[in-house]
Amino acid sequence: MSSPSAEARFRYILRLADTSLILGQRLGEWVGHAPALEEDLGLANIALDLIGQARLLLAYAGEIEGRGRDEDALAFLRDAPEFRNVSLAEQPNCDFGQTIVRQALLDAWQLGLYEALVGSADARLGEIAAKAVKETRYHLRFSAGWLVRLGDGTAESHARVAQGLEALWRFTDELLAPDALDEEMAAAGIAPSPDALRLRWEERIGAVLEEAKLERPAASPYPWHGKRGVHTEHLGHMLGEMQHLPRTFPDAAW
Amino acid sequence: MSDDWPLFEVFIRARSGLEHKHVGSLHAADVRMAIEHARDVYTRRQEGVSIWVVRSSEIVASDPEEAEALFEPARDKVYRHPTFYTIPDEVKNL
Amino acid sequence: MYTQALDSPAPEARPGSSGGQAALERRFEERIERDEKIEPKDWMPDAYRQTLIRQISQHAHSEIVGMLPEGNWITRAPSLRRKAVLIAKVQDEGGHGMYLYSAAETLGIARAELLEQLLDGRAKYSSIFNYPTLTWADVGAIGWLVDGAAIMNQIPICRCSYGPYARAMVRICKEESFHQRQGFEIMLALARGTGEQRAMAQDALNRWWWPSIMMFGPSDATSTHTAQSMRWRIKRFTNDELRQKFIDVTVPQAEFLGLKIPDPALRRDEISQHYLTGPIDWSEFKAVLQGNGPCNHERLQARRTAHEAGRWVREAAAAYAAKHGGRGAQPRSAAHIASPRAEAPCHE
Repeated sequence: MSSPSAEARFRYILRLADTSLILGQRLGEWVGHAPALEEDLGLANIALDLIGQARLLLAYAGEIEGRGRDEDALAFLRDAPEFRNVSLAEQPNCDFGQTIVRQALLDAWQLGLYEALVGSADARLGEIAAKAVKETRYHLRFSAGWLVRLGDGTAESHARVAQGLEALWRFTDELLAPDALDEEMAAAGIAPSPDALRLRWEERIGAVLEEAKLERPAASPYPWHGKRGVHTEHLGHMLGEMQHLPRTFPDAAW
Repeated sequence: MSDDWPLFEVFIRARSGLEHKHVGSLHAADVRMAIEHARDVYTRRQEGVSIWVVRSSEIVASDPEEAEALFEPARDKVYRHPTFYTIPDEVKNL
Repeated sequence: MYTQALDSPAPEARPGSSGGQAALERRFEERIERDEKIEPKDWMPDAYRQTLIRQISQHAHSEIVGMLPEGNWITRAPSLRRKAVLIAKVQDEGGHGMYLYSAAETLGIARAELLEQLLDGRAKYSSIFNYPTLTWADVGAIGWLVDGAAIMNQIPICRCSYGPYARAMVRICKEESFHQRQGFEIMLALARGTGEQRAMAQDALNRWWWPSIMMFGPSDATSTHTAQSMRWRIKRFTNDELRQKFIDVTVPQAEFLGLKIPDPALRRDEISQHYLTGPIDWSEFKAVLQGNGPCNHERLQARRTAHEAGRWVREAAAAYAAKHGGRGAQPRSAAHIASPRAEAPCHE
C-alpha cells in the first residue's frame, strides 16, 4: 500500500468537508420557508448534521495541511476554485421537489461513502465517518420517503420531481466516476473502492426511483468536476453571501 | 385537493426502562412521516429512544362529566393500600 | 418563545342563562380558585376558551414569524459555530410554534384555521418581529433582549391554569435557556472586538431597546383585559411588573458590555431600587401593531409565499397517503437502509 502525501489527503478530505458544508448551507436557506412547519424542523436538522460533519472534517483537513488554518479559515477565506465539493451540492434549492431530488442523490452517495469510510485506514476519518453514517442514514430515510411521496403523489408533484431529476441527473456522473485522487485514496485503503461505491448508490437510487415511479434519466455527456475546483456559476454567489462578514472585517473575531 | 394533514399524538420513551409518555401532537400525511416529524420535533435534545404515534382521531377518552362515577368509587377502598393495616413493630419482613 | 400582551379584549363571560350553566361556571371558578389545572375536555366558559385560543395562537404565530428576522442571517453567520447555533435556535422557534399550535388545537380549533387567520392578516403576532435585522449584531441583540423579555413573560405562563398551555410553556422555557445566553455571547464578542464591531453592537442596542421593553404590552393603566386574564390565572403578573423586572436585570448587563442604553432619562431610583426609564412612545407600538411597522409587509408576505409555494407538496403527500390506503401509507424505499423494526404498542 502506497502512502498518499499530506497534500493529497488534505485535498481528499476537503471534498468530503466541502460537500457537507455547501449542502448544509443550501438547506439552511430553507429554514423558515418550508412547505410545512414540521418540514422546517426536519430540514434544519439535516443542515445541522451536515454543518457538524463539515466542522469535524475541516478541522482535520486543517491539521493535515499544517498551515494553521482552522475550520473557519477554510470555510470563509477560500475562493470558489479552492472549494472541492461535488457540483451537485451547490445547485440551488429551486422548489422543494428539486431540493429533495438533490438531497436523495447526495444522501445515497454520502451514505455509501461513510459506510465504507468507517473502516478507513485513516483512523480519524473512520471516527468521523462512524458518526456521520448514522446521521446520513436518517437523511436518506427522510429524502427517499419524500421522493416517493412526490413522485407518486399528484400529477403536479410527479411532473415537478421528474423535472428536478432531469435537471440534476447530469451532476451524478461526478459522484461515481473516480479521478486520480479517488483512485489513489482507494489504493491506500483510505477511501472506498469506486466500483463498490457506484454499485451501492445504483442499488439505493434504483429502488427509490422505482417506488417513486420516476424514470431514470439518460446519462449526460458533460462531466462536472467540482471536486477538482471546477464549479457551476452558483457556488460563487453562494460563497459571496456566506463569506461576506469575515471578509469584510478580516481582523474581527465573532 | 386537500393539503391538510391529519393530527397525530406523540408518545416518547425517554430511556429504556421507562414507559412511553405523551408529549404533544403534530401533523403528518402518513405514519412514516409522523415518526420522522416526531423525531425532528420532540427529540432534538435526546429526549427519547423510542416513539409511538397514533392518529388523534383514534384516541378514545373518558368523559370528564363521568369522572365522578368512574373514579370516585375507588376513594373509599383504603384497604387496597398497605398502610391500612396495623402490624406490631416487632414483626419484621411484612 | 415570544409572547406579548397584545390580545384584543375578550368577549365578556356571559352569566349562565340556565341554572345548570351557572352551576358549571361556579364550579369552574372554584377550580381556578384552588389552582387546579383545566384540561381540554373539561367544561370551561366560552370566553375562557376564546381568550386562550387567541393568546396561544398569537404566541404560536409569533414563534413562526419570529423565525424570519434571525433566519435572515443563517446564510451569513460569521463562523460555522455561530451558524450551527443560529440554525438550532431558529429551529427551536419553529418547534415552539408547533408545541403552541398543538396546545391551541386541544381547544377545538385546527391549525390550518389558525394559519389562515395569520396569513389573511386577522391574527396578530408579536410586533417585535416587524423590525429588520440589518447587521449581525441584531442577531445578538434579539437573543439578549427579545428572548430575555420573552422569558420574563413566559416563565409565569408555565403556571397558567390551562394544562396544555402550561405544559407547552414548561418545555419551551426549558429549551430556551440557551437562546438568551447565545445572544449575550454574540454581544460580548462584539463588545470586546474591533471598533467596528463595538459600533455594530451599540447600533443594535439603540434600535432594539425600546421595541424590547414594549414587548410587555401597554401599561396596566390602559390594558383592558389584564384583570380578567389574571382572575382566570392565564396571566400571573401585570405588564408593568414584568417590564420593570426586565429593565432591572438588563441595565447592568448593558453596563457590563460597555454599551449605552438609548434613554437619556434612565436613572436608578434609590428608594425603590428600580431603574426608571423615560416615557415610552406608545404611538410607535400601536403603529407597528396595526401593520405599519418597517417589516410587517415582508414578514407576512414571506409566510404567505412559503404557504402557497408549499401547497403542492402538502397536497402530494396527502394524495400519496390516500392512494396507498390512508393511515397505513408509508413509502417503503430505503427501508432496507434504515428502518428499525416497529415496536408494537399493545405489548406495553
